[in-house]
Amino acid sequence: MSGQSSRREFLLATGGAAVGIGLASMIMVEPARATPAAMQEAIRKVVGSARINPGRVKLDLPPLSENGNTVPLTVSAESPMTAADHVKALHVFNEKNPQPDVASFRLGPRAGRASVSTRIRLADTQTVVAICEMSDGSFWSTSANVVVTLAACLEEA
Amino acid sequence: MCVVVLAASASAGEIPLTERRSGYDLMSRETRAMQDDDTANPGMLWVLEGESLWNKKTGDAGRACAECHGEARASMKGVAARHPAFDAARGRPVTLEQRVNLCRVDRQKAPPLAYESKELLALTAYLARQSRGVPIDVAIDQRTQPFLDAGRATFYRRQGQLNLACNQCHDDNWGRRLAGNVVPQAHPTGYPLYRLEWQSLGSLQRRLRGCLTGIRAEPYEYGAAELVDLELFLMWRARGMPFEAPAVRP
Amino acid sequence: MASALINVPPRAKRGEIIEIKTLISHPMETGYRRTQLGGAIPRDIIRTFVCTYNGTEIFRAELHPAIAANPFIAFSTVATESGTLAFQWTGDRGFSETESVAITVD
Repeated sequence: MSGQSSRREFLLATGGAAVGIGLASMIMVEPARATPAAMQEAIRKVVGSARINPGRVKLDLPPLSENGNTVPLTVSAESPMTAADHVKALHVFNEKNPQPDVASFRLGPRAGRASVSTRIRLADTQTVVAICEMSDGSFWSTSANVVVTLAACLEEA
Repeated sequence: MCVVVLAASASAGEIPLTERRSGYDLMSRETRAMQDDDTANPGMLWVLEGESLWNKKTGDAGRACAECHGEARASMKGVAARHPAFDAARGRPVTLEQRVNLCRVDRQKAPPLAYESKELLALTAYLARQSRGVPIDVAIDQRTQPFLDAGRATFYRRQGQLNLACNQCHDDNWGRRLAGNVVPQAHPTGYPLYRLEWQSLGSLQRRLRGCLTGIRAEPYEYGAAELVDLELFLMWRARGMPFEAPAVRP
Repeated sequence: MASALINVPPRAKRGEIIEIKTLISHPMETGYRRTQLGGAIPRDIIRTFVCTYNGTEIFRAELHPAIAANPFIAFSTVATESGTLAFQWTGDRGFSETESVAITVD
């Protein structure tokens, strides 16, 4: 990946427009990428200054995804899901897509079970993080690594 | 019924019938799960739409498919698994998509639907769904043999700037990897299918054109004789394998 | 286009946890793709999904472009009483889709 970026930078630096219309249509403007730091910032926005404890929340993701466009994901947490003790929300973040946020799911005691399944896009091999927000104000986290060979988000139409 | 005597002309390197595998077997557990669950298979969105189109009056004749064909579950069972099929009026085999359009133009007095349009994909997905589990069985006889031979010739012909023939990947190197993907045997058991790469349902011809582009060949136009003949050959090559539409593929 | 595919058990016992599966047709255009000529394709996604049970919100999802096209969301709820489960998806360009399903709870 880094070899490709430097080639792009070189082409853009030497005046992509001057190189010719044909070439210009092939140059992909690289979108701003999330970084692990941006992901931490996005997590902080949700969690505030509270401590994040490891555990209690689980992320089910295939370790190798066949296509980054559609990666099945299940996020779940252990909880009795009673009015007094339940999962308020499950948040999912990533570190290498153009944006760090993936989704937030608001639950509550009526959910019965804290488990949500969906399908996400992953732009590169990366770490996905899940944060669980409990009714007592505590936060729990887990992460999973996914190898992505065919990326999402960066393809031309 | 398949007339084996006329059709069989196995070339060295052809996959033995007992070793044929659907692309399904080469997919990850998660993608297979997506296909298996009708409540989660994205292709079912098109099947549902197709069902409502089946029952909708259309064209100057103001007729719905259902008026002539009744309940698709019964009347259309096996139809997708038998296409491309010979059309006497046109003197050549036609695909399911072409058959739908022939019916629209001739009987519903409606304009043909564009290839890869939502509506045509929806109708063919709905029809294909009715053949799930049915063994593929395209009729090869004196009328269709020449088209089968033309399709076979295309399959074995080197094409494009990369100068590759279909068989070099799909007969000789199936199961091995190409740029991170496993090369399938290329049996059209699940079309039209939801391809994760497309993030949409698409037809076999869309896939074939994609492959041709991949070997840097000029892709034939949708509905071209070369593509229809190749479809016929691929379905014959997959004879007896169970239909599994709408499939999901990476 | 059949917009949504919803799967809810038609009947359940009171107190039983039921699984709800939803699938909706939508491109979830990320806003990062470009045309052949380099022009930007604007973002067009579903941003919010809400499920109510006889009028009370029981589940909400906030989605971002990282959610795959034709969003699939499966979640659960406790079957409390007979009635209606209503689903609403809203998003960019004024997108709004609603569906509802009846459930009988014994």
